Amino acid sequence: MERLRLATIWLGGCSGCHMSFLDLDEWLIELAQLADIVYSPLIDVKTFPANVDVTLVEGAVANEDHFHFIQVVRANSRVLVGFGDCAVTGNVTAMRNSLGSALPVLQRGYLELADVHKQIPNDTSVVPRLLDRVLPVHQVVPVDFFLPGCPPPAPRIRAVLENIVQGKPPHLEGRDLKFG
Amino acid sequence: MSVVTLTINGQLVSARAGDTILTAAREAGIDIPTLCYVDGLSAHGGCRICLVEIAGSPRLQPACFMKVGEGMEVQTDTERLRGYRRTIVELLFAEGNHICSVCVANGACELQDMAITVGMDHDRFDYIHPNRQVDLSHDRFGIDHNRCILCTRCIRACDELEGAHTWDMAGRGSHSKVITDLNEPWGESQTCTSCGKCFMACPTGAIFQKGDTVAETDHPRAKLEFLVNAREKKQWNV
Repeated sequence: MERLRLATIWLGGCSGCHMSFLDLDEWLIELAQLADIVYSPLIDVKTFPANVDVTLVEGAVANEDHFHFIQVVRANSRVLVGFGDCAVTGNVTAMRNSLGSALPVLQRGYLELADVHKQIPNDTSVVPRLLDRVLPVHQVVPVDFFLPGCPPPAPRIRAVLENIVQGKPPHLEGRDLKFG
Repeated sequence: MSVVTLTINGQLVSARAGDTILTAAREAGIDIPTLCYVDGLSAHGGCRICLVEIAGSPRLQPACFMKVGEGMEVQTDTERLRGYRRTIVELLFAEGNHICSVCVANGACELQDMAITVGMDHDRFDYIHPNRQVDLSHDRFGIDHNRCILCTRCIRACDELEGAHTWDMAGRGSHSKVITDLNEPWGESQTCTSCGKCFMACPTGAIFQKGDTVAETDHPRAKLEFLVNAREKKQWNV
């Protein structure tokens, strides 16, 4: 059997979903026998490769880098999975949307609460510009499957990956669909 | 008392004349999902989750209001109804700011549970992200309007069980909000008895106990049920 080309990416999230992925513990060894991790914050690959079978997307689309990167990822992934509540709903990352734009958050973080060097970062070659409105991934590119949870518990991640590895569409129901 | 016979999902059901379809169905062991409905409070018919199909009528009817009729053929769980129910829940999530992961009611929330019931894996609607307020002026309770779905349970519990009518609805459409007294801070309300029945009735984390943090709220709904039984059936035993 051909080995699965699996990628994981991390947009506007807290990395908690990736921590939960690591909570798969010894099943990761089984997974490693079936799949190659071709791109991930957990490994040292700099550019997103072509011909990826499955990509797990953690985080919401919160800045211009995310916005451009997710299109590259979508174009090179056969299956895109919204991985966790931020990717699926916007979750905590999108809470700033009710303030209307990115500016109030930047002002609060970099001016009002700063002790020294009060300045909003403006060098976009270093720090990407925040979008005024944080978006769940499916509002930017088509998403094939949704894996909710904050973070999704490891058994839930495993249920989805097991189906994908076997070439079946993932199916979650009951409490496995619980947000939060 | 006259008895009416009808079918619900093809099952023959007997009910008292004047019963609602919801009561008849639940007594026959057929569950119809509800959100704004609470046993013992007047029906509101606002959430539309309990809509059912009645043979011969093109219109869907809320089971919490619609009375049973002789020979009625009711369907409670069709493809069309499941589609509408999921749409309703998605609209509720899109209209407010429902962030389960940081909510006091995470794990004990009827909106969260309803999303599971209708199989909502994501929201097809754009989130509005309204800018809503939190009122923490009351000594014991707070209200976070971000989490309110305007079900009016608090209003009905306060009016019908406590008799205080502190809560009411202000505004229209998506600008509606529940208010205390004449839209004054809850802590300054002269009618509120601090009884907590609104908290018991609230389906989400909108009305919460101060001091509860994420996933700590457990609405004591059994207490509300006890009060209703005591009033209606004179049963005072726990």
